Amino acid sequence: MSLLRHSLLAAGLAVMTGLGAVPSGAATPDNMLVIANRIDDITTLDPAQSFEFAGGDVSRNIYSKLVNFDPLNLDKGYGPDLAESWTVSDDGKTITFKMRPGVKFASGNPVTAKDAEYSLRRAVLLKKTPSFILTQFGFSPDNVDKTIVAVDDMTLKITTDKRYATSFVLNSLTATIGGIVDSKLVRSHEVNGDMGNEWLRTHTAGSGPYVLGSWKPNESITLVANPNYYGGAPAMKKVVVRHIQESSTQRLLLERGDIDIARNLNPEDIAGISKNPDLAVDSELRGRIMYIAFNQKNKILANPKVRLALKYLIDYKGMQDSFLKGQYVIHQAFLPVTFLGAIDDKPYSLNIEKAKKLLAEAGYPDGFEVGMIVRDAQERLEMAQSIQNTFAKAGIKVKLTVGTGKQILGIYRARKHDIYLGAWGPDYPDPNTNASTFAMNPDNRDEAGLTGILAWRNAWDIPEMTRETVAAMVEPDRAKRAQMYEKIQREHQKVSPFAIMFQKIEQTGRSKKVRNLSLGGAITAVSYWVVTK
Amino acid sequence: MSISDPEQPNVSQSWRDWLLTDTPTSRRHARIAALYQGWLSFRGNHMAMFGLFILLALVLIAALAPWIAPHDPFAQDLATRLKPPGTPGYLLGSDGLGRDILSRMIWGARITLYIVALVALVAPIAGLFVGTVAGYAGGWTDRVLMRITDIFLAFPRLVLALAFVAALGAGIENAVLAISLTAWPPYARIARAETLTIRNSDYIHAVRLQGAGPLRIITRHIWPLCISSLVVRVTLDMAGIILAAAGLGFLGLGAQPPTPEWGAMISEGRKFILDFWWVATMPGLAIFTVSLAFNLLGDGLRDVLDPKEGSQ
Amino acid sequence: MTAETNTRKGRRRSPFLSVAAATASTATTVAVTMLGLLFVTFVIGRVMPVDPVLSIVGERASKEVYDAAYRALGLDKPIIVQFFYYLRDVVQGDFGQSLRTGFPVSDDIRRVFPATMELATLGTFLGVVLGVPLGVIAAVKRGSWIDQIARVVALVGYSMPVFWLGLVGLLIFYGILGWVAGPGRLDIFFEDIVPQRTGMILLDSALAGNWEVFRNAFAHIILPASLLGYYSLAYISRMTRSFMLEQLNAEYVITARVKGLSERAVIWKHAFGNIRVQLITVIALSYAGLLEGSVLTEIIFSWPGIGSYITTSLLSADMNAVMGGTVVVGLVFVLLNIFADLLYKFLDPRAQ
Repeated sequence: MSLLRHSLLAAGLAVMTGLGAVPSGAATPDNMLVIANRIDDITTLDPAQSFEFAGGDVSRNIYSKLVNFDPLNLDKGYGPDLAESWTVSDDGKTITFKMRPGVKFASGNPVTAKDAEYSLRRAVLLKKTPSFILTQFGFSPDNVDKTIVAVDDMTLKITTDKRYATSFVLNSLTATIGGIVDSKLVRSHEVNGDMGNEWLRTHTAGSGPYVLGSWKPNESITLVANPNYYGGAPAMKKVVVRHIQESSTQRLLLERGDIDIARNLNPEDIAGISKNPDLAVDSELRGRIMYIAFNQKNKILANPKVRLALKYLIDYKGMQDSFLKGQYVIHQAFLPVTFLGAIDDKPYSLNIEKAKKLLAEAGYPDGFEVGMIVRDAQERLEMAQSIQNTFAKAGIKVKLTVGTGKQILGIYRARKHDIYLGAWGPDYPDPNTNASTFAMNPDNRDEAGLTGILAWRNAWDIPEMTRETVAAMVEPDRAKRAQMYEKIQREHQKVSPFAIMFQKIEQTGRSKKVRNLSLGGAITAVSYWVVTK
Repeated sequence: MSISDPEQPNVSQSWRDWLLTDTPTSRRHARIAALYQGWLSFRGNHMAMFGLFILLALVLIAALAPWIAPHDPFAQDLATRLKPPGTPGYLLGSDGLGRDILSRMIWGARITLYIVALVALVAPIAGLFVGTVAGYAGGWTDRVLMRITDIFLAFPRLVLALAFVAALGAGIENAVLAISLTAWPPYARIARAETLTIRNSDYIHAVRLQGAGPLRIITRHIWPLCISSLVVRVTLDMAGIILAAAGLGFLGLGAQPPTPEWGAMISEGRKFILDFWWVATMPGLAIFTVSLAFNLLGDGLRDVLDPKEGSQ
Repeated sequence: MTAETNTRKGRRRSPFLSVAAATASTATTVAVTMLGLLFVTFVIGRVMPVDPVLSIVGERASKEVYDAAYRALGLDKPIIVQFFYYLRDVVQGDFGQSLRTGFPVSDDIRRVFPATMELATLGTFLGVVLGVPLGVIAAVKRGSWIDQIARVVALVGYSMPVFWLGLVGLLIFYGILGWVAGPGRLDIFFEDIVPQRTGMILLDSALAGNWEVFRNAFAHIILPASLLGYYSLAYISRMTRSFMLEQLNAEYVITARVKGLSERAVIWKHAFGNIRVQLITVIALSYAGLLEGSVLTEIIFSWPGIGSYITTSLLSADMNAVMGGTVVVGLVFVLLNIFADLLYKFLDPRAQ
């Protein structure tokens, strides 16, 4: 008996000391920013390879680019960063950049045109996934020594294969892949001719406002202010991003003051914290688009009337106003709002009668059975179930297959789905990024393997629209270009096997003390260096 | 279950005597009498009876689901989502898509029972087979089979199940298979241990002398003797199996939406836990209740069937 | 998982007879089990419809990029050849690189395993400290109210879905009451303060004499550890009760009582003394179970342990990471098992 009493006492004591150790609910220090986010998609920090959301967030704060966006005025478009100014040749093919003088990398090395030359050539030569952002202008491993050239330490010249809208080229250089690396430092870490790819995976060599402090995969990533930053040292000396999976956990941490910013709160938790006087909610329209796609290899789905009917069988408004409340807004064209040429037409809404009529005309008065694949993310599952429910009202039985992201993506890229529900985010802030995937399919054969292109994945053969999209891509006149994209989108809305449904609004919970947080809108990633408390 | 037959209130005295006899007239008679005595001692265990009662109620609810569920478990209504318990028409509240939680739980009982029944069939039988063969054959067969058993035992269990489901695709049947795959090794161990003690008994020697082959000995004479310890173990493991299935559902690898599987319901509801606690809590309570019932029942059965902790 | 491991009856050799042979046979057992473990994991990894290449190249990759990565992973070679290469590397202590994190798997494991170990150790500690006395009392006072309570406490522990209890616990003790610290292992500003020696923060901070960090780490670990502790308490107390009952009914206990020994001496010295070995086995196995990493607990508490490491790796087909993690967990399990077996053989009076 006494042993029991003793051990109970001991355990009780242990628990009591635990309680004594309560953190006083103290807020985070004033020169430190703590963020909860999902960062499990980071696999590398090399700007020539990094391609996921969380990686882009890190990269934007570490690597300066030739041209960049001002986080406090995103609407202004790109402006000078490491390049102080630039000129375009008369034939529109060559852009000459004048480098900003006196800028240093975090390592102390000076930033020269040679570094820019090395960085851009490197991105082309490494041939990693995002390299297409540069190679679409005709740069290739064979010609980079002629097309990307540092004339002297302060002058960089790049020459494209055709005449493109200058804004298209420069916008592309604001993508992660346009990050300028410290060539001296990277070269010293080269192994087997990998141009430092392995080293840059876990180290950084930039001239931006921050340098990498530490990265613990799936745990946290810490950025430390770069004392050499040409724009002046940022107010937040340290930025810590913690990987927190659950929305409710993020909210608890925010409410208790253990973090300053929570980036993955669901609508219910947003509603929950909006009553809290110490917290604020920011809403920012992002570039991500939510859509469902119908594989044209499926004979039923290839019927234009069926496609149209399905677009009337989605409860856009019901979803927007309930479980997507505040976080997605109805949007039915492939260019996100704020992009050049974006349109705001919303021709579709839930209309079961009309859909039934169309289905009857198509020869399916009693509906049919069809599969739908979706990855196991909460809001997508809810969308899928809502769509399953409204499709059923016209007799269409949907069999859901849920899997992990990679699993579903594998099926989609292999064109083995019926219906796919998923998201698409722009890669660089130019309309071509989405047009070239939603409205272009140069070769519809299986062997072509154009797995990066959504129209190909859905076996949608569109020679005419492909020509129009290519024409819009190379159109140098901005206004005319915008018109061309508008026209393509209106046609796309009518005939495509894509039912584009929503555009993302990112809602961020933050402590009221935090100011000037810019997530990057629809065009770029988050900027920590302007944040103050 | 046949053992519940003799429990009629107006059992005639002779029935009772026949059941409680010390001198059974046939093997069948002896077995039934033993069962009846077990039942009598089991009946005295209130907690176990309570467990049994809950499980019977569960079976009843599952069987009558179409008649007692107030709503269609799949019917969505985005206008009445997240209503609290007690809202007219939604006794236990509604979920994120405006479906009635009570109706979903009632239909979910079927899925839980289905999972339980399948695993209870697959895993112990596989284990019984491997264990008795290994124990009876001995030598290399034993060594190889037991090595395989050890390999599966050494596997992190949820990981093995996850890997299996990931390989075959998510779904209830695959979840059941995956759980069985992780659950059978302990049964094999028990069955082997029992077989080893029985194998050299005089009784088996006698049977062998009568010319029975190994197959007949294993199936007709060794299996029946292993059953009681397995039944106890299975009942006690049942809770773990329900929780494992719910865990897979929670990770999105069990039943697929919109199936009202309890674990998946918790998973869907966990994002609302701070403001709309009932969405995750109601199915959580259901899982808890049924697991508890199995544990109570198993505990009671052990008292009756397992001599180690016998009631005298 | 339980004591069945040890009831295996085998002809026991004399202990003098070739300790070396026994060691060799144990080593073979471990090697064979590990090999089987690797092989099964490897096969699962290959038949899984998740594409590891996509984890590296991402959604937008062109066919050319994809194919290059495919070849770089050696996936174009026959499975057996791949397995052989993998084994060769493992024997040299190289588990390869994780596709998902970009770090060598051995580095990752060195980071995540101590986190799990810390949690499992504290959990088991709580389970033992509370569970053993509870089981003993329940057995001694059999049928009393305390026995009934012990039974209910244990059965409730067996029956509670951990993810639900974890969420609710976090909500109440952290969110509402603020008695404990939140998810994760440390508050941000305490991170990277004490030097890493064992990777277990409680131990590291104690070694460094930094009690502030220690307190913070404790405030973080206590809730998930109590949760795991509760589950291990449920198991340990039931097993203790069952072992004790067996002893209390044994003749020598009755004899001791007849001889007039005090009840306390009978219970603690004789009966309890006799179940020590069995109990250690049970505890070792329950500890091994926790060392697998409880995936769900780790997810809910954002605890960067080996369970969630293996799981998330698995879901993105990062098979190097899965196999490395599985081998480590399997090895720990097998070693604890062997340890328990040995203990049984050498200490149990009846086994000699």
